[in-house]
Amino acid sequence: MNVALDREQKPANGTRQEFAPWKDPSQRPLVRFEGVTKRFGEVTAVDGLSLGIYEREFFALLGPSGCGKTTLMRMLAGFEEPTKGRVLLGEQDLAGVPPYRRPVNMMFQSYALFPHMSVRDNVAFGLKQDRLPKSEIAARVAEVLRLVKLSGFERRKPDQLSGGQRQRVALARSLVKRPKVLLLDEPLAALDKKLREETQFELMELQSSLGMTFMMVTHDQEEAMAVADRIAVMNHGCIVQMGTPAEIYEQPATRYVADFIGDVNLIEAKVTARDGRNVVMQSGIIAAPLRAASDAEVAVGADVALALRPEKVKITVRKPADATENFTRGTVAGIAYLGDFSIFQVRLESGQVFKAARPNVTRFTDQPITWDDRVFLSWSPEAGVVLTQ
Amino acid sequence: MSNEASASRGRALVVLVPYLWLLFFFLVPFLIVFKISLSDDVLAQPPYAPVLDLSAGWDGIREFVAALDFENYAFVLGDSLYVQSYLQSLGIAAFSTLILILIGFPIAYGMARSPRSWRPLLLMLVILPFWTSFLIRVYAWMGILAREGLVNQVLVGTGILSQPVEILATNSAVVLGIVYSYLPFMVLPLYAALDRLDESLLEAAADLGAPPWKSFWLITFPLAMPGLIAGSLLCFIPAVGEFVIPDLLGGSDTLMIGRTLWTEFFSNRSWSIASVIAVFLLIVLVVPMVLYQNLQARSLEAGK
Amino acid sequence: MRKGLSLFNVTSLVLGFAFLYLPILILVIYSFNDSRLVAVWGGFSTRWYAALWQNQPLLDAAWVTLRVAFVSATVATVLGTLAAVSLVRFGRFRGRTLFSGMIYAPLVMPEVILGLSLLLLFVAVDLDRGFWTVTLAHVTFTMCFVAVVVQSRLVTFDRSLEEAAMDLGAPPLRTFLTVTLPIIFPAVAAGWMLAFTLSLDDLVIASFTTGPGATTLPMRIYSQVRLGVTPEINAVSTIFIAVVTLIVIAASFAMKRQFVADCTRPA
Repeated sequence: MNVALDREQKPANGTRQEFAPWKDPSQRPLVRFEGVTKRFGEVTAVDGLSLGIYEREFFALLGPSGCGKTTLMRMLAGFEEPTKGRVLLGEQDLAGVPPYRRPVNMMFQSYALFPHMSVRDNVAFGLKQDRLPKSEIAARVAEVLRLVKLSGFERRKPDQLSGGQRQRVALARSLVKRPKVLLLDEPLAALDKKLREETQFELMELQSSLGMTFMMVTHDQEEAMAVADRIAVMNHGCIVQMGTPAEIYEQPATRYVADFIGDVNLIEAKVTARDGRNVVMQSGIIAAPLRAASDAEVAVGADVALALRPEKVKITVRKPADATENFTRGTVAGIAYLGDFSIFQVRLESGQVFKAARPNVTRFTDQPITWDDRVFLSWSPEAGVVLTQ
Repeated sequence: MSNEASASRGRALVVLVPYLWLLFFFLVPFLIVFKISLSDDVLAQPPYAPVLDLSAGWDGIREFVAALDFENYAFVLGDSLYVQSYLQSLGIAAFSTLILILIGFPIAYGMARSPRSWRPLLLMLVILPFWTSFLIRVYAWMGILAREGLVNQVLVGTGILSQPVEILATNSAVVLGIVYSYLPFMVLPLYAALDRLDESLLEAAADLGAPPWKSFWLITFPLAMPGLIAGSLLCFIPAVGEFVIPDLLGGSDTLMIGRTLWTEFFSNRSWSIASVIAVFLLIVLVVPMVLYQNLQARSLEAGK
Repeated sequence: MRKGLSLFNVTSLVLGFAFLYLPILILVIYSFNDSRLVAVWGGFSTRWYAALWQNQPLLDAAWVTLRVAFVSATVATVLGTLAAVSLVRFGRFRGRTLFSGMIYAPLVMPEVILGLSLLLLFVAVDLDRGFWTVTLAHVTFTMCFVAVVVQSRLVTFDRSLEEAAMDLGAPPLRTFLTVTLPIIFPAVAAGWMLAFTLSLDDLVIASFTTGPGATTLPMRIYSQVRLGVTPEINAVSTIFIAVVTLIVIAASFAMKRQFVADCTRPA
């Protein structure tokens, strides 16, 4: 819920809007997964998946645990070999290239800091493998530690650091080799909420200032939406939808995506008519006809779902004037006061529970809505998305 | 691609060196023991016949196989000395294991309930005897149990006994020796199992109305069971084949199979009979050994 | 486990540790007994320790034992560590069940069987018996203890540390040497010490596999012990116990708790 609202409040990032190489047919992706399948015995972790990641992109793989996102990343890192298909970096097929010869680096979910080495030795480890001169190693380690704001901690051992500091050492260690792609496996999962939000912004800044390509795996949709240029939502080893955070949130392609990303009210309905850009539907649980703008090809009589985000549902005590469509009535069954927002759970006459969000704009509301109040819910034709899958 | 090849060559080397070592020094010797158990004793070097002569080709092999037979097995099964040795070994080992459980459990339980900061020290105290010589620890009891030893001195000195009793050179002394020597092997797995026990389980049991003795019997004891079984096998199996303890603490009528094997080999110089005894001993112990291995593998999985 | 010791707990701990340590303590005390008669306390004396230095066969045996223990523990540590790495890291390979069976069996196998079978092998391949046959025999049974100690440490080892090293450009062997080995070192050291003391301690396997000129200390002690308890043997035993105890305590201080935990693994 919060995600979506945060996102709307967030000032649009001008430079980011312009960055869209995936729309440009002349651009070649830096990383390409081509028809990649990975099986572990009987289990298919990744199922015939194709995907391209562009240079300088911050790409997020999002999905529940066990959806294959980590396996996909580990195939790029070289810890797993695809059962079928190819993984390419630039024009190079990575098949058979061991992890230690791939120009990508990974930040591990557990951080995997070497407990017997100091911060400096941890960060220098990768550079030493390349047998760089000592002076260059020292300079690059110092530089990257400054970048992650850990100067002065060189001699500490990992167990003498806080969780946030360890996270930054892990980040520094994977950044210092200037990989072609930086892989982040649930990079913020171990941090508490406040630190996580700060670190999200630091990650984004780092990525755009260094001009590097990041590929992140996360199960946290909030995190993915906050940092990524594009998100691929995965389920059962396949990509269900790929697009910018706004596309995924506002135009989910399936019921699964709509439900997985953010909060949603799903209304099962039957298409009764097509009216220009709008689709008119009738649902079993809401008496009034439903109307929603949609470019999708939907036939009259088809079974669809109308997805409505709670923040796009208006909650009022009085019936909205001249409302003939897109409204329903119910009783307030629960209120969750979240500070910035309140979420109302409204039980419809059909028994279904609907969620509506209302920003708490002033400290006191003149007409508070409270438990057991009879209320009206309404929304505009632009609020809902018609889902056929 | 050459990297892959060299990596897999490296892996093969890592497995093969210890693997081949164990095949040659552990598995092959058993086949030889089996072969010699089918041979006859002769006064020669080596003291058994037939000796495989590969230079004679197929005929040599055929002749060799023809000379092997099971008559030593019939001999061992027919002589009550050997059968008694097996039975007494099993009996003494089983009885000792029972005593070990009765003594080991309270110690392990006490360790697991002691303050966290004491535990490494207590653990160290249990392990230390296990590192110091087995032989020396058995020897220590010889002096204590002897006719003029400390135990008799104390018993007679305090007037409990009018004259010293024979303790050394009895089966009781052997049981005592086994219990003493194997105690760390019983305490350690039991302690490990009890240490893993989540304190909140007992709190939950108490919360649900179980008095302490009941929560011990219904929670602690069943959860300590894997440790109890591991400890019992770890003591029982080697105790059956024990040589040093029955030899130093037992009497002339203490027939334990390890000692019988030793006598056959070193005193009677009968390599073939010693081999038959070893084969039977292995057959007796194979079931508990497989049990032990499965238990180990499972506890290792659990550690992951 | 719930904290707080009951009277029963305290009693069982006190009695238990008394049972474990009193016999050793008595043995040590009597090593300082001036009287040759074991039962009579003849006053404090260190003469039996002095006498040890005159006992050339005993000193020779001690020297043989130390050499055997050092060589066999070192080889066993290498082989055992390789075996542990294979079992934990290489997943399923052909013959793995047999392999792990051969690792676990010697831990509980009666020593008379191990000794007899190894002797028969050495006779069959016509190897001269002596220092090297004892050493080979000791490597074989102690490497299994090392393998178990190292294996249980590797099982809890965070695999992603090795992946991180490889990801940063270290090939497998260098990953093992720079990341894995330093972290599991306490277990490897515990394995070495276990192998060393097991070898020092062994009577049965050495008796079977030795030959002329390679009499070990336990064999020498055993042949004297069979004739009865003597203060001289008490003195040797005391030195033996003191040395092992000091080494174990020093190692546990140097490597802290991890070492104690690793030491308990075979059980």
